Amino acid sequence: MIALLVRDLRLAIRAGGGFGLGLAFFLLVAVLVPLGVGPEGGLLAKIAPGILWVGALLACLLSLDRIFALDFEDGSLDLLATAPIPLEGVVAIKALAHWLVTGLPLTLVAPLLGVLLNLPLTGHGWLVLSLFLGTPALSVIGAFGAALTVGLKRGGLLLSLLVLPLYVPTLIFGAEVVKRGAAGLSVEAPLLLMSAITLGSAAALPFAAAAALRINLR
Amino acid sequence: MSIWEYANPKKFSETAARILPVVAPLSALTLLVGLIWGFFFTPDDYKQGATVKIIYLHVPSAMMAINAWGMMLVTSLVWLIRRHHVSALAARAAAPIGLAFTLIALVTGALWGQPMWGTWWAWDPRLTSFLILALFYLGYIALWQAVENPDTAADLTSVLCIVGSVFALLSRYAVNFWNQGLHQGASLSLDKEENVSDVFWLPLLVCIAGFILLFVSLVLLRTVTEIRLRRLAVIEARERVE
Repeated sequence: MIALLVRDLRLAIRAGGGFGLGLAFFLLVAVLVPLGVGPEGGLLAKIAPGILWVGALLACLLSLDRIFALDFEDGSLDLLATAPIPLEGVVAIKALAHWLVTGLPLTLVAPLLGVLLNLPLTGHGWLVLSLFLGTPALSVIGAFGAALTVGLKRGGLLLSLLVLPLYVPTLIFGAEVVKRGAAGLSVEAPLLLMSAITLGSAAALPFAAAAALRINLR
Repeated sequence: MSIWEYANPKKFSETAARILPVVAPLSALTLLVGLIWGFFFTPDDYKQGATVKIIYLHVPSAMMAINAWGMMLVTSLVWLIRRHHVSALAARAAAPIGLAFTLIALVTGALWGQPMWGTWWAWDPRLTSFLILALFYLGYIALWQAVENPDTAADLTSVLCIVGSVFALLSRYAVNFWNQGLHQGASLSLDKEENVSDVFWLPLLVCIAGFILLFVSLVLLRTVTEIRLRRLAVIEARERVE
């Protein structure tokens, strides 16, 4: 399983594409929004939590179809399915690899973009923490969506349609954490609920995704 | 005599053909009675005026929008567990109907909200979760359309329906947390104290019965159509081989 993780990471970094693209997209969103709504500091500070979370979510969405598509095309997914490790484990590892190359970098650059968007200083810690705890859920849910659409020719758009409603709870709680954190309120409730979603989906969704993969590989 | 007999497409079609001529006119009649009674023979509300009458479309369609997803969940589980094709086809047949009910509830709600709340749309928990429900329906229908192999499509959509149910519930509570709403509480409950007043209550019940019958007859009709479509595809495939 570790070998698989290393392989996926190496492929993602050397083959380019997904890794940098998500980050660049995130950066673009954070730069374009002030250009669109105007440079007024108070307004930006108010919408910064939502913008940053939506940006992270869309950046994550951008690279989802790469989780299984390439392996499906060249047949290595069939080999993985017949390998001695359970398919659920493969899904979990692939979701983890996806998080390491998209969610984690997004989390790390988020404070920088927070400065661009005039996020109050008190919010930065909560921004990093909420993205750190919330983006794994995005990767796992995304892996489920990717597993559903892996056999399809034009899966990309369908994937977004399937995954976006599933992202709603994570987005709401994540943005709420940052908003409350920036305002100096208690963040305990949304933070705990968001972590619960992450843990719950990490525990349950690999099984659903593996079931979908088995159907698609049949 | 068990319910699984109706998993046989032939038996199902025959029974549907026998039930439909009864259920469909009955649903038309109930809806007609309920709506006419509701629209013309109930007094205007002292605060809301005539707009209160939208309740006769809004509440039943909202109820059925949720119930339709519940029915799809049950039939999806039956398909995954017992592999009855009729069950999968019934889920497929119900999805567009559920979407239509969701849209009716959203549109009538907007029409009522404009004069009453002063806005067509508010990001209220109930409204938002219905919008998300509509998205779930859209994704489900799109997945059915996109997958070519019918069995694969049935399997994948069933998995999506189960996972979607969990997340639809989650979203419901998430939006509740996020914003306290404008939307009033339930119009009906078994606890009589909380109901809307009696004058509106009886025609509303008739309308709900009408919507349930409408849903049943539409699902039966569409399921039979799906069965016939499936048969047609098989016949065409066979002819191509010969």
